[in-house]
Amino acid sequence: MKYDIILCGVGGQGVLSVAAAIATAAGIEKLNVRQSEVHGMAQRGGAVLSHLRISDSEIFSDLVPSGSADMILSMEPLESLRYVSFMKPDGVLITSNEPFINIPDYPELDTVLNKISKIKNSFFVDTANIAREAGNPKAANMVIVGAASKYLPLKFSSLQAAVEILFSRKGREIVDKNVMAMTAGGRI
Amino acid sequence: METYALLGDEALALGAVHAGLSSAYGYPGTPSTEIMEYLQSVNKKEGKPLAKWCSNEKTAYEEALGASFYGKRTLVTMKHVGLNVAADAFVNSALLDIRGGLVLAVADDPGMHSSQNEQDSRYYADFAHIPCFEPVNQQQAYDVMFEAFELSEKLNVPVMIRLVTRLSHSRASITVKKSIPENKGVKAPDVKQWMLLPALARKQWHQLLDKEKEMKTYSESSEWNHLIFNESDTGVITSGLGRNYFLENADDFKTKYNHLHIGFYPPPAEKIIKLAEKCKTLIFLEEGEPLIERMVRGILPGNIILKGKLSGHVSREGELNPDSIRKVLDLAPKKLIDFSAGEIPGRPPQLCKGCPHDDTYRFIKDVVAGLSESAVMSDIGCYALGALPPLQVPETIVCMGASITMAKGAAEAGMKNVMAVIGDSTFFHSGLTGLVDCVSENASVTILILDNSTVGMTGGQNTILPSQRIKLISEGIGVHPHHIHVVDAHRKNHDNNMKILKKELEYEGVSVIISVRECIEYFRKKNKESKEETCS
Ligand code: SF4
Repeated sequence: MKYDIILCGVGGQGVLSVAAAIATAAGIEKLNVRQSEVHGMAQRGGAVLSHLRISDSEIFSDLVPSGSADMILSMEPLESLRYVSFMKPDGVLITSNEPFINIPDYPELDTVLNKISKIKNSFFVDTANIAREAGNPKAANMVIVGAASKYLPLKFSSLQAAVEILFSRKGREIVDKNVMAMTAGGRI
Repeated sequence: METYALLGDEALALGAVHAGLSSAYGYPGTPSTEIMEYLQSVNKKEGKPLAKWCSNEKTAYEEALGASFYGKRTLVTMKHVGLNVAADAFVNSALLDIRGGLVLAVADDPGMHSSQNEQDSRYYADFAHIPCFEPVNQQQAYDVMFEAFELSEKLNVPVMIRLVTRLSHSRASITVKKSIPENKGVKAPDVKQWMLLPALARKQWHQLLDKEKEMKTYSESSEWNHLIFNESDTGVITSGLGRNYFLENADDFKTKYNHLHIGFYPPPAEKIIKLAEKCKTLIFLEEGEPLIERMVRGILPGNIILKGKLSGHVSREGELNPDSIRKVLDLAPKKLIDFSAGEIPGRPPQLCKGCPHDDTYRFIKDVVAGLSESAVMSDIGCYALGALPPLQVPETIVCMGASITMAKGAAEAGMKNVMAVIGDSTFFHSGLTGLVDCVSENASVTILILDNSTVGMTGGQNTILPSQRIKLISEGIGVHPHHIHVVDAHRKNHDNNMKILKKELEYEGVSVIISVRECIEYFRKKNKESKEETCS
């Protein structure tokens, strides 16, 4: 089994926490994981990309080859389009529908959403609203993890355990709120 | 055995701890920063090893030399361009009689994710005649520390470990080994081998050339340099992450290639010759510069076909990746989905919302707009992002500290209204000596020092000294107190700050304007930490 994910979004949206949650869950299931991150200059409000690879055999490259990603998981619609060439012909694309507009030439939102919906197996997640309804507007990134859970080769309980580990330092309440956001994301 | 999911940087740090590290010194720089941060987190829990940020990479390297002189295992960390700053200490240290293992972990940034160039540190190892290891995954980054310290103490030379961004900043599980204890403090037995006076240094140089022979022998038998023969007349030589991308494509090969992976330098000449004897074509996949390809190619053409970066078969620029190497390996591109996203506008990094640098640049910009001739020499740090729209104020960005000295050169060449813009941490790193130059000649420059009380770009490390001291330091060096101003980098002071800058530009001498406001990120980080401390 091999599962390649392209995670993307904009600096500050919590893309690395999405990566950490999925990678930790894969670790719990004793799978091999490789996860590449972006630090430093590239992080400041710029496009953020993380390659996450899960497998039960050895993984050589930290980078996903193009045309090979089983999933594109994006916190931002325009960003999901940026990395479409990584997608496998039968892969899925899951993206938040909430734009993050910090550049002057951001295209018409409708055009962006339209383009995405033309891709086979593409899904939008109303991350902002779902997070708000789950009582944690800050956890849009955990909603995305939940939405991805149906396709990931991981048990939901492992993802839940991963979130517990990642947020345990911040106290019970924060853990519960994040788990709730993830669960809400998983229901759609 | 326990396993951990660690960044390449962290795995290396943990390896160092388990391999008996006593002290570590460094200067923050992406992608190397997390090595020291990890060591500091270990120190916080266990009280050791000593893990300190320094003023710059040169001071860091020299401090490590001191620890090695006392027989302790030490690690120095920096990014590739930092090694330019440390080069004087580094190259000379190869001539010393190293007893306490001295390892330099340097992280290169092919693809320039967060750097001004793509220089390849392996050239430095070659230039200084010291051994270099190049791990390709987190496990190797951990394991290599044991061998590197051992080799350093066996051959009595410093050892380099070269990392690259994709390893430094990529996470995977590792298995750890049994820890070994620290070295006891013992002074270097022969101080003559630590004094590079010409007569003594000549002997040391002779010794180093002898040691180089041992390095070559080591290289031939090392498992880091692994040669596999298959039924093929084509050989592939990989180094660094080139190996990973090569193996990633292995399922698609029609016939398996002969393969030599090189992870230890100096490269194993005999193994290369052995490989070449069985091949009509050699392909080189190196992350970074074509160092091995160049060595193999020599000057005269042979009858073997060499395909690599020098021949144009592999791109000279940027990182390797699993796709870019397919063509030279005779593979068709991967099949993509049938969809074109069209042109996607770029989303470059930007100054954080509310960043103090933004306000500083705005008043500089408005002053510059009213001048017929001016220059804004900038420096390395978050504030370099002010070069992008909408601010577009900096006009030069070269290397740490160059803002002040380039401003001096331009002013002395006759240019009017020359400004230098430099951050507080960069000022401590390499700006001080430039300021001394300016004062000694009373150059007509206006130096804006941006005091955000932190090393912002690399994630908010403390500056080496409290930045409030910059005013006193400037005075102490000899800038006239009338021409030192401390201003508040805030929108509400815009007009007043403009006035001060205009006035100082008119002054024919050295002015220092210290523009103060805390980095927003740092402020948040501090708040978060104090909150977590009260919670737990
Ligand atoms: S990290 Fe600090 S200094 Fe850097 S851009 Fe953000 S606010 Fe400005």
